Amino acid sequence: MTIRIQAEDFDAGAEIRALSQGNPSIGAVASFIGLVRDLGEGGTVSEMTLEHYPGMTEKALREIAEEARQRWDIAGIVIIHRVGPLKPADQIVLVAAAGSHRGEAFAACEFIMDYLKTRAPFWKKEHTPNGSQWVDAREKDDHAAARWT
Amino acid sequence: MVTLLYFARLREALGIDRETVELPLEINDIYALMQWLRARGNAWENELTPSGPVRVAVNQEMADAATPVADGDEVAFFPPVTGG
Repeated sequence: MTIRIQAEDFDAGAEIRALSQGNPSIGAVASFIGLVRDLGEGGTVSEMTLEHYPGMTEKALREIAEEARQRWDIAGIVIIHRVGPLKPADQIVLVAAAGSHRGEAFAACEFIMDYLKTRAPFWKKEHTPNGSQWVDAREKDDHAAARWT
Repeated sequence: MVTLLYFARLREALGIDRETVELPLEINDIYALMQWLRARGNAWENELTPSGPVRVAVNQEMADAATPVADGDEVAFFPPVTGG
């Protein structure tokens, strides 16, 4: 299980390859990459700042990954989330899950993203020509997370 | 002593990211702590309403108004999360 919070960019290909390396029982790796979009609530986004709660964020991600492993037969999980200043098109987050079959890998990956979006302490602030504003939490993210309960 | 942390929009609205406070004896849960902080007035009164969108964690676990608070705890206040 790899969980990292970092300012630097990540090499999604290398992370995904490492998940199954040396384990021929893995038949499926599902992954998700979240990117900074250029259109925010307040207009064109020139930059985005990601803030987190050092300590609690890592703990929350570990708990989410642990829960995914209890729900599905998963051999490996990677969660990498960036913090600090980001630009449109930058990678924000990578989630990947590896297992014997695709069904479990897809489900675990989606579950982790849904829970990450509603339970892990990260906050986005968008900077636009009209000023800076904190992004509001979305109700549809709560609905997405509620599917798994 | 209790350590109080504030994040994101709340940190900016209150103008502080962390402080340590000596709690009066009668302040023993999150609800009482929020009322105690709200007595500071202005942004404190407006931002820390227990019925508002503020989220609370005690010792890095999500908490609610009824969660106990004791000496040595780390209490964090923040808006609903928006990562991913």
